[in-house]
Amino acid sequence: MATLSLTQPAGGFRIERFRRFVPPLVIVLLWQAGSSAGLIPPRSIASPVTIIVTFWTLLASGELLQHLLVSLGRVTAGLAIGVSTGATLALVAGLSRRGEDLVDATMQMLRTLPFLALVPLFILWFGIGETPKIALVALGSAFPIYLTLFAGIRGVDAKLVEAASVFGLSQRELVRQVILPGALPSALVGLRYSLGSAWLSLVIGEQINASSGIGYLVMTARDFLRTDIIFVGLIVYALLGLGADQLVRAIERSMLRWRPSFVKE
Amino acid sequence: MPLSAARPLAGLEPAATRPDVVRIRGLTRSFGGPNILDGLDLDIADGAFVALLGRSGSGKSTLLRTLAGLDPAPAGTVTVPSERTVVFQEPRLLPWKSVWRNVALGLPGSNARDRAVAALQEVGLSHRIDAWPLTLSGGEASRTALARALVREPRLLLLDEPFAALDALTRMKMQGLVGSLWQAHRPAVLLVTHDVDEALQLADRVLVLAEGRIATDIPVTLDRPRRHGDPGFVRLRARLLADLGVDEGEGEAAPAAPRPAGRPVPAGHPVAAPAGA
Repeated sequence: MATLSLTQPAGGFRIERFRRFVPPLVIVLLWQAGSSAGLIPPRSIASPVTIIVTFWTLLASGELLQHLLVSLGRVTAGLAIGVSTGATLALVAGLSRRGEDLVDATMQMLRTLPFLALVPLFILWFGIGETPKIALVALGSAFPIYLTLFAGIRGVDAKLVEAASVFGLSQRELVRQVILPGALPSALVGLRYSLGSAWLSLVIGEQINASSGIGYLVMTARDFLRTDIIFVGLIVYALLGLGADQLVRAIERSMLRWRPSFVKE
Repeated sequence: MPLSAARPLAGLEPAATRPDVVRIRGLTRSFGGPNILDGLDLDIADGAFVALLGRSGSGKSTLLRTLAGLDPAPAGTVTVPSERTVVFQEPRLLPWKSVWRNVALGLPGSNARDRAVAALQEVGLSHRIDAWPLTLSGGEASRTALARALVREPRLLLLDEPFAALDALTRMKMQGLVGSLWQAHRPAVLLVTHDVDEALQLADRVLVLAEGRIATDIPVTLDRPRRHGDPGFVRLRARLLADLGVDEGEGEAAPAAPRPAGRPVPAGHPVAAPAGA
């Protein structure tokens, strides 16, 4: 052990990690104390204990799960449409000059438009059912994956492509074995952005005339001044975002395991 | 004229010499300015180890790329075997494929892995078969690139300054490896380099490219293994350096006593004496 004196002893390392959780814990305790003392009115912010109890009640009654499944269904459908469309367009634009001429200028113009500004139009076009919500998620998630996959394809080292063609790879094999794997790191960053954009679209989408979903739960709670339910909704959104991020991380760990940062792990 | 990948007819060759695998006549190439290659003629015999020297910008890489089929040959005839391959300046390994998959890249058939493993064994990398390229050292990456060329059993092996980026010790090891692999498999080799010692160490024919043509073409008949101090080696070295426009005295003094350019040092001045003398 004496030779390792430069590294932190194990005990100190643990305390340091624990230290990071102290400030949020203190904030929650102060919040609870303020609520109990009547300093924070429940119609502004519910107390942590109330939020936990409400969370448990909603969970136990199955209400939360039901709304969660509806929201997840919308996000999954929208993401599937958006990501596949964005990726297909990126492949078309990235792999051929003609495709770039046809697709890229249009996509670059559309992406400057804040897509949430299309909500009124979407309601006019698609009504107030599931379609405008899914369409909004699809639109929001298509652009990030398009931009990053296109840039990734164009950013593949030309020297690698040249070498691979010298070693007898056909055009098809070049795309499959060199260009797409080379563009993957960039595309996965795009997938993360797409997921973030999808949640954002979902929140907005569910606040327009929904009759189910986490957004609906939150909007109804607002009408009854139930800040505890609103907080439960926020926590669920946060957990979903976190889960999505973990999912992409897992994909990265398995698909980019050739990267030194993963190799060392 | 288009690049044709036909073998020359062996029957037309004189019996005493080996057939040529490379035949270039009147190759001319420019990139907008003056001709980089200007009516160049070159034959390379089957199994010959040819080193191509030239100053930077002399067009030696252009010539190699033309032989590799990477650059077009707009004027002139170029005949090369279709079984040719390149070792580039950088290893150019695909980072997302393991070492053996890089070696087996583009190989047809179901025994690709066995062939790749055998080639890796031959370059001394059998312990790194499943490694990711980004975890390799510079020397290991070079060996992998060499194995990837070797596994294709080329009749013409094109080496484009393959050791330029390696440290001195690794470079010496790699030069030895290339020499022994050549003796074992006997492909024709064209080694593009700026290193006169490397050329004399390995090649049995050394060319100097200048003004778009082969300006010098000398056979190297020294016995192998070759030693830098050998009188024949020193004589050839001086001649090649002169052809490259380097005064050998200047070349020797420069590392020992670096001095500002343009300030001539008078003979007998202490600075001009080799360090440690």
